[in-house]
Amino acid sequence: MFEYAPAPESRSVVDLKPSYGLFIDGTFVDPTDGGSFKSINPASEEVLAEVAEAGAQDVERAVRAARKAYDKVWGPMPGRDRAKYLYRIARLIQERSRELAVLESLDNGKPIRESRDVDLPLVAAHFFYYAGWADKLEHAGFGQRPASQHGGAIPQPLGVAAQVIPWNFPLLMLAWKIAPALAAGNTVVLKPAETTPLTALLFAEICQQADLPAGVVNILTGAGDTGRALVEHPGVDKVAFTGSTDVGRAIARSVAGTSKKLTLELGGKAANIVFDDAPIDQAVEGIVNGIFFNQGHVCCAGSRLLVQENVADRVLESLKRRMAQLRVGDPLDKNTDVGAINSAAQLERIRELSDAGSAEGAERWSPPCDLPDRGFWFAPTIFTGVTQAHRIAREEIFGPVLSVLTFRTPAEAVEKANNTPYGLSAGIWTDKGSRILWMADRLRAGVVWANTFNKFDPTSPFGGYKESGYGREGGRHGLEGYLNV
Amino acid sequence: MSERVAVRKTYKLFIGGKFPRSESGRSYLVQSSNVSLASRKDARDAVVAARAAVKGWAGATAYNRGQILYRAAEMLEGRREQFVALGIPGDEVDAAVDRWVWYAGWADKLAQVYGGANPVAGPYFNISAPEPTGVVAVVAPERPALLGLVSVIAPAIVSGNTVVVAASPSEPLAAVTLAEVLATSDLPGGVVNILTGAITETAPTLAAHMDVNAIDLTGVGDAALATDLEVKAAENLKRVLRPAPGNHDWTADPGVAPMTALLETKTVWHPKGV
Repeated sequence: MFEYAPAPESRSVVDLKPSYGLFIDGTFVDPTDGGSFKSINPASEEVLAEVAEAGAQDVERAVRAARKAYDKVWGPMPGRDRAKYLYRIARLIQERSRELAVLESLDNGKPIRESRDVDLPLVAAHFFYYAGWADKLEHAGFGQRPASQHGGAIPQPLGVAAQVIPWNFPLLMLAWKIAPALAAGNTVVLKPAETTPLTALLFAEICQQADLPAGVVNILTGAGDTGRALVEHPGVDKVAFTGSTDVGRAIARSVAGTSKKLTLELGGKAANIVFDDAPIDQAVEGIVNGIFFNQGHVCCAGSRLLVQENVADRVLESLKRRMAQLRVGDPLDKNTDVGAINSAAQLERIRELSDAGSAEGAERWSPPCDLPDRGFWFAPTIFTGVTQAHRIAREEIFGPVLSVLTFRTPAEAVEKANNTPYGLSAGIWTDKGSRILWMADRLRAGVVWANTFNKFDPTSPFGGYKESGYGREGGRHGLEGYLNV
Repeated sequence: MSERVAVRKTYKLFIGGKFPRSESGRSYLVQSSNVSLASRKDARDAVVAARAAVKGWAGATAYNRGQILYRAAEMLEGRREQFVALGIPGDEVDAAVDRWVWYAGWADKLAQVYGGANPVAGPYFNISAPEPTGVVAVVAPERPALLGLVSVIAPAIVSGNTVVVAASPSEPLAAVTLAEVLATSDLPGGVVNILTGAITETAPTLAAHMDVNAIDLTGVGDAALATDLEVKAAENLKRVLRPAPGNHDWTADPGVAPMTALLETKTVWHPKGV
């Protein structure tokens, strides 16, 4: 193995304030009835900044600001002008992408290589893509409404959108939520995750820099209570949530009986299926990308490897060799492949499920791996001898832990892949085109990657079947959740 | 000569292509007939039948589904007088036939209109296509008994879903007669299952059932019951169609939402290269 000299990205590009308020009605304000909390760097446990925790009255203020902006400014504004604001935001993100990437890695723990090369380009592209929709909504293919309903053939926005996002792709999830909402003419109140609030606050500054009208975007930092108060607020017309299936269920219950439109992007337990005719080296790259990208903190991660029995030994040998090359450590080092686990709580969950894997009889393996003393770390891990009944084959671990199962026939692969309450994504590795299409037809998953994995694009609809949620984000489909159609 | 004594019809449930009585042995008197009073067990049996039918129906070609739906419209037209005899206005029967025909034609057009190629920024083939969500529970509107029923069944099954329908409790005869239409339309058994009886008995079972993928609450008039059903549906994150506020104009163009609300979008990626 090569020795690498450290190649740290400078963090001087980020100018953090010691504390941040809530972004309501175009300005940063102190919370009325909330407190504050600290956001830390999960790679070092150092405090990055103190952040306001929004209380119920702050939620009230933010929703009122969003309503006013919807009624007075953003709703009546011609689509072409909304588009220009979104284009501005896209450009500002491109211009400040290095700063945002470094801050994302600091607050989240993900490798700078990923925040720089994946997250930030996708964030800018997402705003750029939806900007173009703002003045073309009547062409988005949602059918003609009778003139008596909601103002004719142009689909109408819903009003105020309450949006709650997770910590795994903080800024990218913000983009997935805010860009289509604004393009469709809604205003938003967004709550970033409590462990990763900082890039959303920098985004608030970008909104100011873009001269986005006050109240169109409001950012409330806080934890679960803030999120609950926001989605349950009677003044919101739309709820969009990305996160765990359990919280998604609770939100679905809470909006029952209301007229709030709901979209949910929840958990997953994707099968990554490797057939015996697959190019093994490419498949191994795909397996590694599928489960170790972003420390496995990916709802669509390929966390169940289904490998055809006759090549299982070869694939595993190759996979272990490849895993031994992964560089785990400082997220700001440009050579790092696997960064820090996002929080102590998440690390505890990964440990608990991994221990359950061993206790239930699966065989655990990790490459020799020096982990830093401070911060939250978990070595890339695979389990072999996993059965479908094992917890590590059924529950979402949301960490760098792969469960390996085998199969003999394509039909068995389909059966095992679909044997989960989730249905977010799946992977297929084979050289046979007809088999790819046969498999893709039968996999109950919203995204199927064939001979690739973990690819994302603003034009490509993303979202799950079954208990992975409902609605799609991205593409023309992503507008539907923000329009009265 | 005495007048001929009529042969009366027994109105039963429609589950898995067969016409069983309620397993509970219960019936209730409505529209001058003893109609089966479906139990919670009947609702669960109907879900099993609907699930078993998914593979064949969702896997059928869109052309085939369109042909079968069109065939159902033919059968419905042929039984026009029978529905009129049940008290359904002739105009409503005509509108119901026309609606079947309209939906039948959607079968092989949905994927083109609601799917397509996505121009991703990279060397990848990327295509999105709609797929049926699976088993759909439907609470049919109380009335219009036929047009309302057709307007909730056809949009669900045209894309390949299968349904368990809780029929109008006060006017169930049109539903059972529609089942006879469907049973003679080459529609595979289990694609449409119809329960007669009390909504309050069958709907909560369907809403809470873990093998049901979506629920259409269009026919739930009671707001508190609708909320309760939606809460139950959250347990496995069913797709929920809420009842529209206000009076529903069943003769108006239904639009595409009744179909698209019961679709999933699947997106498939593949690299391009040599």
